[in-house]
Amino acid sequence: MLAAPVSTHALPAIVDQVFILFKDWLVSFLPTSWRPAAGVVLGVIAIVCVFPALFALTTVFERKGLGRMQNRYGPNRVGPYGLFQPIADGVKSLTKEDVVPLNADVMVHFLAPLTLVVTVFMGFAVLPMGRNMALVSLDAGLLFFFSMSAATELSVFMAGWSSRNKYSLLGAMRAVAQMISYEVPLLLSSVAVVMISGSLSLPKIVEAQSGYTGVFPHWYIFTPWGLASFLVFAIAATAETNRSPFDLPEGESEIVAGYHTEYSGFKFALFFLAEYLAMFSISGIGVTLFLGGWSAPLSFLNVVPSWFWFFSKVMLSIFVFIWMRGTLPRLRQDQLMNFAWKFVLPFTLLNLGVTALWRFMGEGWARWVVCSVILVGVYVLMGRVGMFKKHFGPRSYRYAE
Amino acid sequence: MSPVFYILAAFTVAGGLAAVLLKNTVHCALALTVAFAGLALLFLNLDAQFVGFAQILIYIGAVAILVVFAILLTRGTETPREGVFSRSWLAGLVIAACVFSALGWAVLESARALPHETAVPSVTVHDIGAALLGRYVLPLEIVALLLTSATIGAVIVAMHEKGSAH
Amino acid sequence: MLGEGILKGMAETAKNFAGSFVSADRLTTVQYPEQRIPTFENARVFPFLVYDGPDWAAGMRCVACQICEKECPPKCIYIEKSRDKKPDFVGKPQFYPARFDIDISVCMSCQICVEVCPFEAIKMDTEFELATDDRFRGLLLDRQQLAKSNEYYHQIHPTEAGEVDARLDAEKAAAAAKAKVAAQAAAKAAETAKTAPAKPAPPAGGED
Repeated sequence: MLAAPVSTHALPAIVDQVFILFKDWLVSFLPTSWRPAAGVVLGVIAIVCVFPALFALTTVFERKGLGRMQNRYGPNRVGPYGLFQPIADGVKSLTKEDVVPLNADVMVHFLAPLTLVVTVFMGFAVLPMGRNMALVSLDAGLLFFFSMSAATELSVFMAGWSSRNKYSLLGAMRAVAQMISYEVPLLLSSVAVVMISGSLSLPKIVEAQSGYTGVFPHWYIFTPWGLASFLVFAIAATAETNRSPFDLPEGESEIVAGYHTEYSGFKFALFFLAEYLAMFSISGIGVTLFLGGWSAPLSFLNVVPSWFWFFSKVMLSIFVFIWMRGTLPRLRQDQLMNFAWKFVLPFTLLNLGVTALWRFMGEGWARWVVCSVILVGVYVLMGRVGMFKKHFGPRSYRYAE
Repeated sequence: MSPVFYILAAFTVAGGLAAVLLKNTVHCALALTVAFAGLALLFLNLDAQFVGFAQILIYIGAVAILVVFAILLTRGTETPREGVFSRSWLAGLVIAACVFSALGWAVLESARALPHETAVPSVTVHDIGAALLGRYVLPLEIVALLLTSATIGAVIVAMHEKGSAH
Repeated sequence: MLGEGILKGMAETAKNFAGSFVSADRLTTVQYPEQRIPTFENARVFPFLVYDGPDWAAGMRCVACQICEKECPPKCIYIEKSRDKKPDFVGKPQFYPARFDIDISVCMSCQICVEVCPFEAIKMDTEFELATDDRFRGLLLDRQQLAKSNEYYHQIHPTEAGEVDARLDAEKAAAAAKAKVAAQAAAKAAETAKTAPAKPAPPAGGED
């Protein structure tokens, strides 16, 4: 499993592979025929422990960060600096009564959070979280990830439909419509990466970006098409995870809490967990596709273990998610759909063309200029046209002047 | 024919039967999703990763959602009082049996016609892409044309008719 | 250009985020149990009963006239009149409340009881930390719990209490003066009665 540790950096290599070595050591106690299965089980246990722990940390840091953005303290009562807040929240949601509406479809109502969490967890299986640290290295890893994130939509629908609540159903319909609309740009923006790297396997995509020019890395975000794809991917990922400003499915003001209105206690906690896990996994995939995965941002920083870089990049993108949540107001349904189908989708299609152009123009500065000019020109033009037609323009208030 | 196959087959068939026999339309759609998932797992069991994942992505991620949306947007999801079988169930059974036997015959014949391969060929996504854009480029283009016309048709249906709006 | 506004907004929140760690002025939150802001003089929460002197039962100003009970919009006051009388602050014998309960889970802090009280006996408190784990008995305050001294009233509402005291003192002085006049008149009457017993005494009702 250990991929050629560099002899000159013996200690960094060991630290880099520490989890793999630990797993191999644990597995070595078992008979040989059991070892592959045991290794996978250990990997699953690690994922099921690490990401919920990150989720717990993220909830408290999100609340504190949002507070700071609004010039408040945020939670600071439970434990030092409020760090034990997630424990209190967890105890609360575990001990709460599990209320199921009288008319609810009990079976579907029960299954919805379970299938949601399971499909979201599945997405982590292919993420390369460090050098040699993907649980399974699939040839079609990217496709696996997207198929799993597509399967979450049905759980959302099940939750909304089975609650027998108009708000839940409206929320579910909104969520599904939104997720389908934004899945197209999400997939197409990743296709650009697949076109350049020539592989659907995530470790191979990371390797394709692991070179350096001088000290600067060859990440795809540092190319014109890569930056455009990344922006589209970030927008679509925000919509896909129902995060602000795309959190219409759970708009408190108009549809109470959307598809999880009728869930309480532990089932609600599962929805909450699934939302954050989806955020982690989609951040992980964005990091893998555009930000070089586990590779270091500068060539001399490679002594720092690869898993550290992966998790730092994921947490950074989580911070951006939170930052956006603290800044942007919620969109309206028609704005959401117009934006997806009239701006993001055409731009993504154009970007695919630009990526092909980049691929076939060969090395040299010419492709940088041509691709940048096309993308920036079209972006500005589309923005102008959109503003002119007032699809994205500032809102005009008819009565509140 | 491993035990895994039998488990997955039973799972798929159970999903399919539930999709036909359940009374509530949304339950039928969800059961159909179970059948799709079983099919995807069967593909994966045969080491056909690309097809298996594409099955999940397209059938569970899109087709099932479409079915569910169609049910919700057309009529109520209330359970019908009387039986769910239409009066022409006998004709349907006959047609289904005919289709099934034709497909079964084709499958069995293909096993006899092709040289029996013991080793599973390792097909990567790269090979599938090359085959699609090489040998099968014409079918691919025809499908693309069909889908484009369908998309244009959908846009035209969804567009406001001039004058009738407001 | 498209997206400019989003960047501007993000810069604003980033400024807030970083600024809140640097300057304490940005954080306006008062961390309540440890930090407090002084209550305003005009603050009002729930009513209390004022008493004079050291003993709450003896000095209670309330005469159980039950006007506040009748006027209370949510009907949160329960009064039982006493059978005997005790002297009030001017010395006049008055009834007193044998029972005076306010259900603060019902009270809406409207202050109407204070407005209608002719005896300056009920006033608004500023005490707000009344949370209890007994939601029935714990929120029904009896007359002992409601009784607060005039000194406390001066402490929480100094201006208002000063006015009230001035008014009461004036009343007391008037009553004392009246009593003196009445006493002198009585003495005079007694004298004149002694000297001229045939002359009838003036009618008592005219002096009130």
